[in-house]
Amino acid sequence: MREVKVEQITKNIKEMCIEANHYLSPDMKKVFETAVKEEESPLGKQVLSQLEENLEIAAQDTIPICQDTGMAVVFIKVGQDVHLTGGDITDAINEGVRQGYVDGFLRKSVVKDPIYRENTKDNTPAVIHYSIVPGDSIDITVAPKGFGSENMSRVFMLKPADGIEGVKNAILTAVRDAGPNACPPMVVGVGIGGTFEKCALLAKKALTRNLEESSPVAYVQELEQEMLDKINKLGIGPGGLGGTKTALAVNIETYPTHIAGLPVAVNICCHVNRHVHRVL
Amino acid sequence: MDKKIQAPISDADAKELRAGDYVYITGTIYTARDAAHKRMAEALANNEPLPIDMEHNIIYYMGPSPAREGRPIGSAGPTTASRMDKYAPDLLDLGLKGMIGKGKRSEAVKDAIVRNGAVYFAAVGGAGALLSKRIISSEVIAYDDLGTEAIRKLQVEDFPVIVVIDSEGNNLYETAAKEYCRLS
Repeated sequence: MREVKVEQITKNIKEMCIEANHYLSPDMKKVFETAVKEEESPLGKQVLSQLEENLEIAAQDTIPICQDTGMAVVFIKVGQDVHLTGGDITDAINEGVRQGYVDGFLRKSVVKDPIYRENTKDNTPAVIHYSIVPGDSIDITVAPKGFGSENMSRVFMLKPADGIEGVKNAILTAVRDAGPNACPPMVVGVGIGGTFEKCALLAKKALTRNLEESSPVAYVQELEQEMLDKINKLGIGPGGLGGTKTALAVNIETYPTHIAGLPVAVNICCHVNRHVHRVL
Repeated sequence: MDKKIQAPISDADAKELRAGDYVYITGTIYTARDAAHKRMAEALANNEPLPIDMEHNIIYYMGPSPAREGRPIGSAGPTTASRMDKYAPDLLDLGLKGMIGKGKRSEAVKDAIVRNGAVYFAAVGGAGALLSKRIISSEVIAYDDLGTEAIRKLQVEDFPVIVVIDSEGNNLYETAAKEYCRLS
């Protein structure tokens, strides 16, 4: 049994919130570079160069990449041989978010109640997904999610008879409807299978996967490539101003489902696809 | 075509701009997003004065991240304009000449743009760090309690935007996407 103080979690979450909002991961930078080279529209190229310059300014001057520094989504896998001491783990995570957003000059975008909408002024609470896993380590991913693109995300409860063509249509429908609102070039996370909430969670997880990795399942890997090609033929382009780079990547995750269903979730992320990963 | 304009924006300048023009704005603009628009709509419904004069002004749909010491503002890119569609036509009818945001607008907003000889600009979404460098000063002038959603008066210099909907109702999002669409 390994003992871990929850204050360790607070400290790391704080740092990860700040890091995620100022620096993109190396895989994001790489797909960006390719996009600038391959974009065919002159205006699209200009938008992509502005976005590259924006990333440089953000890192050099410590200004958040985007003013929407997101709602903090936290995936935390706790080894079953870990004993957490010193307090409540959920409080510790939220304290890390609070410190990160207040001390890190990040925008506080969370309201306490969806109808009465009073700002909590410290960006808490986070949306936290726990899992218990074998081992004695703690695996944390912090993924601040902006809502321009979150608002354009969709869940489709398809019928088994709709099959893979139904899935393709669902993805294209979500991306086409999102258009310029989701700050293209987008990253498209897709969850197929499970239940209503499981497919949404898969789609969110898909956004945190390294963009240079493909699905290990052969047909899913092909689907990722086919959908990326099709999305880039929609013409939406960088900033929605027309072009050949509407998406930077399509990541798809699957899960077993019920004999009666084919749930599909499409979680759209803008080009500021933020995720920081640490293992304690 | 690249153009430079002053804000507040004159009727003539607004009328001349065409969808697809790349425009650099210098002068005074105001920020307002969801909560500020809701409050302005309530003020209008109660026959109370608005905190800013709409005549010839430009509203930037933006809620910045906090400024670090010595800087006028934090990250400052556009938010999705369609959430303000419910409120925009009334403000345009009161003389609002320009809106800066990102994303699609409703038919009702487009009609109000044409009716009033106004213009809808897009700034590049997600370029908040870069755009913050074109903001010289920022001052909260109303609804301070709304935090990032308060109304701010901004002085901008060569603030880069693209005309999406012009005073004739041309819409760049529709025409540009069609030009590059290769999916039947």
